[in-house]
Amino acid sequence: MSEPDSVAALETIEGAPGTPTSSVTEAGKSRTLAGDAWETLRGSWVFWGSLVLIAIFLVMAAWPGLFAHADPRDCQAMRARQEPSGSAWFGYDVQGCDVYARTMYGARASIIVGSLSTLMAMIVGAGIGVYAGFYGGWVDILLSRVTDIFIGIPILLGSIIILSSIPTPPGSDFLNIAKVALAISVLSWPSTARVARSAVIQVKQSDFVAASRALGASQSWMIRKHIIPNAAAPVIVITTISLGGYIGAEATLSFLGIGLQPPVISWGIAINDAAPYIRSTPHMLLFPALFLSLTVLAFIALGDVVREALDPKTM
Amino acid sequence: MGRYVVRRLLMMIPVLLGTTFLIYTMAWAIPGDPFASRCGQRPCSDAFVAAETERLHLDKPLPVQYAYFLGNMAKGDFGTTSNGQTVLEATEKAFPITVKLTVVAITFELVLGIGIGILAALRRGGYLDGFFLFTSLVAISFPSFVIGFVLQYLLGVKLGLFSVTVGSGAPWGDLILPGFVLASLSLAYVLRLTRASLLETLQADHVRTAIAKGLPRGMVLRKHVVRNSLIPVLTYIGADVGALLGGAIVTEGVFNIQGIGGLLYHAMRIRENATVVSVTTLVVLIILLVNLLVDLLYARLDPRIRYE
Repeated sequence: MSEPDSVAALETIEGAPGTPTSSVTEAGKSRTLAGDAWETLRGSWVFWGSLVLIAIFLVMAAWPGLFAHADPRDCQAMRARQEPSGSAWFGYDVQGCDVYARTMYGARASIIVGSLSTLMAMIVGAGIGVYAGFYGGWVDILLSRVTDIFIGIPILLGSIIILSSIPTPPGSDFLNIAKVALAISVLSWPSTARVARSAVIQVKQSDFVAASRALGASQSWMIRKHIIPNAAAPVIVITTISLGGYIGAEATLSFLGIGLQPPVISWGIAINDAAPYIRSTPHMLLFPALFLSLTVLAFIALGDVVREALDPKTM
Repeated sequence: MGRYVVRRLLMMIPVLLGTTFLIYTMAWAIPGDPFASRCGQRPCSDAFVAAETERLHLDKPLPVQYAYFLGNMAKGDFGTTSNGQTVLEATEKAFPITVKLTVVAITFELVLGIGIGILAALRRGGYLDGFFLFTSLVAISFPSFVIGFVLQYLLGVKLGLFSVTVGSGAPWGDLILPGFVLASLSLAYVLRLTRASLLETLQADHVRTAIAKGLPRGMVLRKHVVRNSLIPVLTYIGADVGALLGGAIVTEGVFNIQGIGGLLYHAMRIRENATVVSVTTLVVLIILLVNLLVDLLYARLDPRIRYE
């Protein structure tokens, strides 16, 4: 922690601002590191399996009509809770809607909430983490304490407080989705911030950063060229893993009845609606649950396998 | 030791202030009508609005509101639920049941998590190791309500091994399945952590020395490997107590347990949001205190933690 201060003393030496030579050697080194990771990943069936699954779910979220020809909002009470059959592969739900169509169309809400929360959490978390880690001193102390406070509140409980307090905007599916994404990201950025901070502190102490500092590189140049590229790997890994976690959180909140609200089609809502009937017609619950779990599994498995490839020590 | 405890308690003050302020901001300092969504489908009754405005002084400026919010909590006044019970009373009744469920969950983490973790590490790279690594990935990925429903359906409805819901008073036998579901996520982490920690210790110099001097394998494992590897695992389990209390909402909802989680679950079902926010606030504070207690306990147990 105190080492960078001695390095900072070198900062007063004036010199040319950019030192492209150091970035060239750095790019060469990072290529071999990435190359190593790629060699490991290439042969891993978990890596390819999760990538294929994620691709399928992304296509499903973008064009659900490709997968399902039935209209998910075409509900007829007379066929409520019918078992799976040739005409409806996953059967019908409580209101007589086609479970297969609703499961395909449900991917969109999950993927959007997951990506939005991840994006917000990553921008805020990585921003604060890099800032605190790079500048150190009282900035770091202050930001770390704030991070501690946010981390002390479990994400589920915090989201429950936020979602119970903000009324759902009526008539707009997107605002409904954005509200849930916001509630999740407000309390989830600290884990990214911690990872980014420790990664930055580690990079900051390396010799090539001290060298470019001695050559007079400006701080913003060093952050852009040295700190962020080298600290990016752990942040990307935790982002992938948490994307899966946020999709699970959205489903949990929707299942509890305070996340997404009914006009929106979502796996969590479907599971919530089907829960009272689990003894007699479990198909209404099991199919959306299967797709939800596979999506979360794909993202977490991808993050897990990339982490292992990038950091052999954790094995 | 005394000085450490005092320091730790003093450090708790800014954290408590920060957390309560954050909760307050999330719950009440939102733009617009604070009562817009608090009472479900119908608008809040005038009496309720008047009582809450009076209790929290919502007509005053923000810092004053927060001061009153803090003052109310210090007095143990967390508001009232719809049927006129105070939040504190309702929580007091439900808390012991949630504690019982948490005890069951922690037992699963300690026995299965550590046990399987040790087994997997000793069979590293083998069939069993791969199987448990994959199973733990599944347990981490599948949301706990999915695991809950699937196990409830398979083991409860289909096979009839466990009762599907938990009876009143929550007898220990009924809590086995819900406790396992509550523990499932942490169980997977404990398993992986134990395995990783054990693998690291197995390569340590003192273990090689112990083997070199001819100590029997079982003795090396028991005295040198397992004992040293378990410290980070136990730290994780300690920190997990609070998380389990929060996670109980879903599990207690699925299995219809009348604990704090069940209380919140049913309040959310009928969109009784005022109750949800008050009870959740109380639960967050309980979690903070439990985490503090666990920290202090560790300072007693682990001689390497410095008291200065």
